[in-house]
Amino acid sequence: MGLPPFSRFMEEHRVPVYRFLLAAVGPSAADDCFQDTFISALRAYPKLRDERNLRGWVITIATRKALDHWRAERRRPIPVERLPEQPVLEHLDGDPELWRAVGALPPMQRAAVIHRYVLDLPYADVASALDCTEEAARANAYEGRRKLRALTSLEER
Amino acid sequence: MKELRKLRTGDVEDASRRAAELVGVRAARAGLVDVAYATVDTPVGALILATTRTGLVRLAFPEEGLDHVLEDLAASLSPRVLENPRMTDPVRRELDAYFEGRRRTFRAAIDWSLASGRFSRRVLEETARIPFGSVSTYGDVAGRAGSPRAARAAGNALHDNPVPIVVPCHRVVPSSGGIGKYGGNEWRKAYLLRLEGALAG
Repeated sequence: MGLPPFSRFMEEHRVPVYRFLLAAVGPSAADDCFQDTFISALRAYPKLRDERNLRGWVITIATRKALDHWRAERRRPIPVERLPEQPVLEHLDGDPELWRAVGALPPMQRAAVIHRYVLDLPYADVASALDCTEEAARANAYEGRRKLRALTSLEER
Repeated sequence: MKELRKLRTGDVEDASRRAAELVGVRAARAGLVDVAYATVDTPVGALILATTRTGLVRLAFPEEGLDHVLEDLAASLSPRVLENPRMTDPVRRELDAYFEGRRRTFRAAIDWSLASGRFSRRVLEETARIPFGSVSTYGDVAGRAGSPRAARAAGNALHDNPVPIVVPCHRVVPSSGGIGKYGGNEWRKAYLLRLEGALAG
């Protein structure tokens, strides 16, 4: 079994990648991050040695793009009146207050919370997406969730 | 943490499809598409076209199945296979004109990468020289390719023609009469020969 044609690879993984990016960077940046993710994947694709976990591989690339995006946003001088705009909130389901709180988490915690609690990935996959150990993935998700509970009226259910 | 799960946004099917199409456009612009494909509606069915930077590398009939054709291309050429109508457009336009009776020869460059073996390649190149509206026999083509007695081998090479229609293997017929076999089903061979006026009716 070799690599599938890139068109099929993209067809099979476009929905989860988009879903992650929409949750991670919001609708205004999701398209760009999505394209950057698959263009990076396409560059590396012919040299890819292990075709068994293509989903994990592309989610890892998408996570890196989201982290890059957050870091760039943090560096960019933003006028004070625009500060509360974390991910753009329109078109997103869920409580806007919670979205803002997720957007305020440090990057690794934010990514861990989205992968684990928004998208329901098992910790092994969260770890591979964040390129860290499973313990670190658990710690980031746990710490993120603890902060969310403190920042919002979110109850453990 | 049910509240967090609600943050999962609903329908991303359309948005992700549009974004994936834009990946194709950007990839082509960045020169990252090694094999571009498209399907083209014609009177002999929805043909699958694939081109490389060199030229047309594959033309397949729908029975072969798009998935199967793309898998073959990924394995034998490069896994950087993407749908890109723009890159396949020059060939598509020539095919449209051919089926509408406005074109008798194909100008599009051919990438011979999938023609296996030197004899096969020579047979296909000789076949490409048979003019619109006329026919040749397997023996003739074998002879012009350098092996007059290899009519059967020539037949095999034509059966495996990676770019039928454009390399007109339908113009090669048995010396014993009839139109003979065709990798893309005999009815298509009859249709093409009739379109070219080489077969009555």
